[in-house]
Amino acid sequence: MSDILARMVLVATVVAMSFSSAFAGSDIITGAGATFPYPVYSQWAYKYGEIKGVKLNYQSIGSGGGIAQIKARTVDFGASDAPMEPRELDELGMLQFPMVMGGVVPVVKIKGVASGSLKLTPELLAGIFMGKVKKWNDPAIAKVNPGLALPNQAITVVHRADGSGTTWIFTSYLAAVSPGWKKSVGAGKAVAWPAGVGGKGNEGVSAYVERVNGSIGYVEYAYALQNKMDHALLKNRAGSFVAPSIKSFQAAAEGADWKNAKGFYMELVDQPGKDTWPITGASFILMYKDQKDAAHSKAVLSFFDWCFNHGAEMAEKLDYVPMPASVVKLVQAKWKADMKAGGKPVWK
Amino acid sequence: MRYLPSLPGGKWAEGAYRWAAIACAVSVLAFAAALFFELVRNSMPSITRFGIGFITSQQWNPVSEEFGAASSIFGTLVSTGIALVIAIPLSLVTALFLVELAPPTLSRVAGGAVELLAAIPSIIYGMWGLFVFAPFMAGHVQPYLMDAYPDFPLFAGAPMGIGMLTAGIILALMVLPFITSVTRDVFRLVPPVLKESAYGLGSTTWEVTHKVTVRYGIRGVVGACFLGLGRAIGETMAVTFVIGNEHRISASLFDAGNSIASTLANEFSEASEPMYLSSLVELGLVLLVITVVIQSAAHLWLMRMQRSSGSRS
Repeated sequence: MSDILARMVLVATVVAMSFSSAFAGSDIITGAGATFPYPVYSQWAYKYGEIKGVKLNYQSIGSGGGIAQIKARTVDFGASDAPMEPRELDELGMLQFPMVMGGVVPVVKIKGVASGSLKLTPELLAGIFMGKVKKWNDPAIAKVNPGLALPNQAITVVHRADGSGTTWIFTSYLAAVSPGWKKSVGAGKAVAWPAGVGGKGNEGVSAYVERVNGSIGYVEYAYALQNKMDHALLKNRAGSFVAPSIKSFQAAAEGADWKNAKGFYMELVDQPGKDTWPITGASFILMYKDQKDAAHSKAVLSFFDWCFNHGAEMAEKLDYVPMPASVVKLVQAKWKADMKAGGKPVWK
Repeated sequence: MRYLPSLPGGKWAEGAYRWAAIACAVSVLAFAAALFFELVRNSMPSITRFGIGFITSQQWNPVSEEFGAASSIFGTLVSTGIALVIAIPLSLVTALFLVELAPPTLSRVAGGAVELLAAIPSIIYGMWGLFVFAPFMAGHVQPYLMDAYPDFPLFAGAPMGIGMLTAGIILALMVLPFITSVTRDVFRLVPPVLKESAYGLGSTTWEVTHKVTVRYGIRGVVGACFLGLGRAIGETMAVTFVIGNEHRISASLFDAGNSIASTLANEFSEASEPMYLSSLVELGLVLLVITVVIQSAAHLWLMRMQRSSGSRS
């Protein structure tokens, strides 16, 4: 009996060893970071693995964790929803590039108010999240929403309790449109919220918003869509009220000036254009400029290249916005210019 | 002992056992010391920058990197306090019922149910709290209390369902089984002869309960309460779900707050700036110190109680 067991263990070990040796070398790409793009990254990785036989191991541990991991060089790339400032990039010797874009949506739960019927201006949104506009029947809200029956109901603000790229995008928007917000709160992955309650993760925020009558929160678009949450319309820079959709996110992406964004540092909020949704952001990839293994780093870049060229449809299906071709060109020029292994460019 | 056959190398085994035992015991101390040292080392940037202000300041601003732990400490103490105020009387009476009053079959079944409660993972309590209990509080308990006591500051604010009170009640449910099962075992240990003599002298059940059973077991009861406190003070997931996660000190029990453990659970993974991380580590250090202080105080108190009861008898 124990003899058979011993033989089985031996066989299993041999099989496992041959497997691991087959995958050793440059065929496993490792990455860690942002949770927001995780669904699309894993979809891309799955398809890419099917076609090219290259595995991607992506751990969605959060942008902060991803940055820590790439700093320690334990992964091939880090992923972050908030771009790193060019100065810090230079200090660390890293480069970053945008991979995919998405939108952040204010979601509400007000009894008797249907999804998409509440209109909000940037000033109102900032006022609500600062705790200055306290009731839904506030004259300032009623003025923008003539004909909408708003209840005499206290507003409960719901925000993320954990640090998050979603919060970075949302607070960057509020800081861009409201000088008061910029001065007293500012933008960040976590901020000192003047009002409200905090939920952990998109699911925590949506759970609070769904359960508290008179609440308003913000979540990623895909999340709002999949959970059929009530969204509000937002007034954009051109003065028109828009609904969140892939189209209105794309409109925002088209107007963005990536060419002059040093180190691809870009706040994609409050962009010009009539159909533009004002709260959008990109998710970024971080890699070291000097790579140890030329073949391996080329394999990593080939994966991203494939995603840019063949992944757009998959991204849109998952409610993300793919990067426009013009931006991809800029990104690949950056690869060519800056990423080197042993002094030689990795990407040609 | 002398009936056991002496093993060859018995002397050697004796020595090995002795040293293995010492090594194990010392390693526990070493781990505790290393943990403390590591916490202090990593919180040094925050300690030198904020000093004592870290404990007294309510400000928690990751953007301007101003950190103060006052709201987290307040929330930890208040939610634990609420939990104990509810759980201690409830579990004492439950334990007394199980030992003194309940018929044996019922006692076994109810006792098993209490132990089952202790085995439920905390995330389940948290999810139940958020999806079932919080809406119940928002729909039925909080509006009623607000109507009954309109100007009472403890019941001010919007009835959101989540908040300090809800967190305290969930915590109470979580520590209840611990306190109950320990006190039940303590009461069981009361020598029957003591109770029987009290009954023999004509005492009623109530008199036997509070003059004999409770008095005999009081040390164990206090120990059980501290066990519950220890669990409540560091509880993370369940609290994070229902406390509301706001860095704010509010008089109202309906308002959102936070605890040290919930802050760590929420913010650690995305904290990348050194000062932010260091402040979170210092928060962990504060929690450790609070726990040590409470444990030591409990120990001292028990020792004094033992001495005074010893001198009386």
